[in-house]
Amino acid sequence: MISRETIHATAFELNRLAAIQIPGDARQAVGRMYKRETNKISKYVLGQILENYRIAVDEQRPMCADTGLPRFYVKVGNEAAVEGGMVALEGAIRQATAEATAAIPIRPNRVHPISRHDYNNNVGVHAPTVDYSFEPNVGWLELTAVHKGGLFGGDYRMLFPADGIPGLKRFFLDCISEFFRRGMSCQPLVVGIGIGGTKDTCVRLAKEAGCLRIVGDRNPEPEIAALEEELLQLGNSTGFGVMGLPGDGAIMDVHIEIAYAHTGGMPVAIQHFCFAHRRMSARIEGDGSVHYREDPGWFTPFYRRDSVGFEELEEQEA
Amino acid sequence: MTGVNDLRMRQWQLRTPLSEEDIGRLQIGDIVFLDGCLFTGREGFYHRLFDLGEAPPVDLPTISNVTFHCSPAVNETSPGVYHIPAVSATASFRFDKYLPLLFEQHGVRAVIGKGGMQPEVYQEVFRKYKAVYLTTVGYGLGAMYGRGIQKVKEVYWKDELGLAQAVWVLEVEKFGPFLVECDPSGQSLFALANEEINQTFEGLYTELPQPKLKRLGEVTSPGKEVL
Ligand code: SF4
Repeated sequence: MISRETIHATAFELNRLAAIQIPGDARQAVGRMYKRETNKISKYVLGQILENYRIAVDEQRPMCADTGLPRFYVKVGNEAAVEGGMVALEGAIRQATAEATAAIPIRPNRVHPISRHDYNNNVGVHAPTVDYSFEPNVGWLELTAVHKGGLFGGDYRMLFPADGIPGLKRFFLDCISEFFRRGMSCQPLVVGIGIGGTKDTCVRLAKEAGCLRIVGDRNPEPEIAALEEELLQLGNSTGFGVMGLPGDGAIMDVHIEIAYAHTGGMPVAIQHFCFAHRRMSARIEGDGSVHYREDPGWFTPFYRRDSVGFEELEEQEA
Repeated sequence: MTGVNDLRMRQWQLRTPLSEEDIGRLQIGDIVFLDGCLFTGREGFYHRLFDLGEAPPVDLPTISNVTFHCSPAVNETSPGVYHIPAVSATASFRFDKYLPLLFEQHGVRAVIGKGGMQPEVYQEVFRKYKAVYLTTVGYGLGAMYGRGIQKVKEVYWKDELGLAQAVWVLEVEKFGPFLVECDPSGQSLFALANEEINQTFEGLYTELPQPKLKRLGEVTSPGKEVL
């Protein structure tokens, strides 16, 4: 049985680690960009970003004061037993978020959307967002905290099969044009792209692709992996460096996730996940032991719905 | 013509309130660190001051002629005592309509923020008042900027506006780095960067047709900004 207190303590610690400690994959990616950059102001800015990562850890300060919108992704093992059930789990996450807001501190960003009232704790209606997925045959829980900047760097568009890959590339460049100028997306960043599904699935997948896969990871479908590489290359040959200044590139990686779409449509969503690349994960085993790690491991074969029996269908067709 | 790579990136460490002389020396691409005092303000501050016509919570020129578009991560260490470990800027373009009043009525001459403003605002407003726009670097360098904050001297409108929107008066030391994005002649670093990048960037669109379904109000030239 996994206790409520273990979940609560883990969720608190994940918020703290996410806020302060840049994951190694993102830090190394920025380090490589710094080495490669030939434009002097862009290089200066990249150097300051690396320095900021260091100060945050050395002095235990939040790396960016804009918390973004803190949220949690929870993967629940099918055999997991949780004290108080899923209701207690979500309660523990909400409590930990409010406590972490005051203790770390992380900025209380969440306000009522009309009255703008702020309870100063990052908790409210649908806040923090908690998303769930499931994993067969295991008894653990996995929690990932993400603090992603909230105002710029994403868009949704209904494209059509006739727009195809050129249409996708154009939309990808449009988002760069909209949000790389002046550095509004806080580049360098990871681009997450969702293709297909319903509008909400598409936007969700883009967010998850950007926030829950590590730099260097590739989609298991070879054609999609090739598209990730192609867009990465295209996006880094625009002339943009960091802060919208001339430079040799501002994209750490491109991650694409797909969902089956309406036969007439090709909806696409794009999300930019800034260099304050705050994510941290932990697995809580059935015996209550906790293991922290930087790779969220969110996109399992089961989560990508590998289990619907394509193989049988392909056999029948053949 | 001068390109972004030709800018000199001279470093300055300046004391607030900034003198006309100090401001006059700044050029786009220079790097500035500040010592002294400044106040923060964003939506709530501007709304009360200029939309509702309320008096500022304190006579602003007695504090500083530097303002910062941001909100901090704040720790209340004991009741009424605050510590700010990290601070990051927020996008300034939303506040441009208030700046003529801020400059004229409250003596502000330097705005720190994120992303700058449109070149017309610099030409029409900043140049007139010989003011500068200093952009934070990055932008999310919260830890680095937090380090430059020595003390929270005062906080106003905290109960009315919440921690994120309150007006914080900060004592700072070697606070920076900031890049000069608009100098007193009204030149813009980002405008210069845009011009340069557009030469490469627009070319990438040549083989890519317009989407089948357009959106109302769409900017159709990749060289244009959406701000
Ligand atoms: S986009 Fe990211 S780095 Fe930039 S201010 Fe927001 S949270 Fe910080």
